[in-house]
Amino acid sequence: MNPMQILISLWTLVVKEVRRFTRIWPQTLLPPSITMTMYFIIFGNLIGSRIGEMDGISYMAYIVPGLIMMSVITNSYSNVASSFFSNKFQRSVEEMMVSPMPNWVILSGFVLGGMARGLGVGLIVTLVSFFFTDLNIHHPLVTLGVVTMTATLFSIGGFINALLAHKFDDISIVPIFVLTPLTYLGGVFYSINMLPEFWQSVSLANPILYMVNAFRYGILGVSDIPVGGALVAIALFIVAFFVLALWMLERGKGIRS
Amino acid sequence: MAEPALSIRGLTKVYGNGFHALKGIDLDVPEGDFFALLGPNGAGKSTTLGIVCSLVQKTAGQVKIYGIDIDRDFAKAKYHLGVVPQEFNFSQFEKVEDIILAQAGYYGLSLRQAKPRCDQLLKDLGLWDKRHGPARMLSGGMKRRLMIARALIHRPRLLILDEPTAGVDIELRRSMWDYMRRINREEGTTIILTTHYLEEAESLCRNIAIINHGEIVRNTSVRDLLTELDTETFLLDLARPIVEAPRIEGFDVEKVDSAQLALSVRKGQRLNDVFAQLSDQDMQVVSMRNRANRLEELFVSMVEGNNAKAEAKRAAQEEVRQ
Repeated sequence: MNPMQILISLWTLVVKEVRRFTRIWPQTLLPPSITMTMYFIIFGNLIGSRIGEMDGISYMAYIVPGLIMMSVITNSYSNVASSFFSNKFQRSVEEMMVSPMPNWVILSGFVLGGMARGLGVGLIVTLVSFFFTDLNIHHPLVTLGVVTMTATLFSIGGFINALLAHKFDDISIVPIFVLTPLTYLGGVFYSINMLPEFWQSVSLANPILYMVNAFRYGILGVSDIPVGGALVAIALFIVAFFVLALWMLERGKGIRS
Repeated sequence: MAEPALSIRGLTKVYGNGFHALKGIDLDVPEGDFFALLGPNGAGKSTTLGIVCSLVQKTAGQVKIYGIDIDRDFAKAKYHLGVVPQEFNFSQFEKVEDIILAQAGYYGLSLRQAKPRCDQLLKDLGLWDKRHGPARMLSGGMKRRLMIARALIHRPRLLILDEPTAGVDIELRRSMWDYMRRINREEGTTIILTTHYLEEAESLCRNIAIINHGEIVRNTSVRDLLTELDTETFLLDLARPIVEAPRIEGFDVEKVDSAQLALSVRKGQRLNDVFAQLSDQDMQVVSMRNRANRLEELFVSMVEGNNAKAEAKRAAQEEVRQ
């Protein structure tokens, strides 16, 4: 395929993916905004007013970056996992396999679709947060960079999950048993400085902690961890996951007999 | 000499569970041909076509599409290929038109290039009125036609149809046959067809390959194959009921029921002799027809012969092992 044909095929796939999650917006866009509003009301407003400040910032403002990041992670991942697995399940993945579209375009198309949903939901949650607190973004480039990279990484993760999945249960195992606990323990609702030293060290092994804190640094200017290292680590993970997903796709893992 | 539309050499497929689906088959399909690949369930038809379409990974062998080796440049080869699989393989929730246009996009065709072709295909295949509806609302026959439209959107030179008329009513089947004949004749599209309706293969195809147990049993023209048919069975409906089958000199006759006879006629025998002898015995024939499609008889005899050979070979191997 020439570059123009590659661009057309990629655009086709991205538009199809965006159309998919916007068509079913009551399942994809509405629930996270309602859930996050509940978090803002209960944790931020009701409980948060009794907690006071965290790292010198009001508790409501402190949890906003974490909650936005939580939405981005969950939605990027589950969008690609469920969309690609549905394509496998309905065998419509064969439409792409019989076409001359290169595998990296297929992977990129789904990842961009996942990013669109993750970032779209992130934007909705950010807009909702304006009803509860004022946000002054301290480092716009860091904020944008971290959230985009996180959406990319978890979209690729969702793709790998879908390739390996044999049934619908297999695409909900990772979000329920891995992503949710790691996100809750990744400093969304608290600073790890509040933890005993041992648990602080354990927390440092949680990759989501770095994303949440780097994002919080971008918005609020405070972080529990060095931000530069976090950005490099996320970038390296993206490259490693992309290479792994592409290798699996080339081998036909989960899609070719 | 022009490159064949499809050339297969030594194609082998061994699945993960050790099952030898293909045992080194060779096959050539000339450009412009209407070709049937026949075989019982599990014979290796869909595996062969799956490898050609990149849905199944081959174990060994070579596949060339219009001279392009799929191991060297599969992407280029895929431009020549259109595929209509056995199972519905599109998103049931998408609109009919969107499914076809998305496929065009996967081939790098812009919306401006693809839209007129898409409209034409929708009209030709009787889907125009349904184009804005979700695919799940289509009937089974319409879904099959949707897959044909999708496969043709990029004007492939080789169209692979894996049981395209399965579950389609007779009227629709005939109209699909007419459409396939038309694109083969007018657009020069080479068509490879697998089907369980042997009448379909006899009516549409010029050449035929029969595959069984992962091996090509026969590969010849339909005409040549039919000349090999040395016995045909006719069903004769009698005017009056009979108690037992009559004796007819030189012919095998069986009683099907009290008013019907099954008559085997070998090549060179004359039906006049049968009617003369039946008249002598005061039996009147009111109508007659073939018991089965001619190709079907041949197909069954070949597959049964091949099964017997495979069984004998297996038994011999078993004996050597003991």
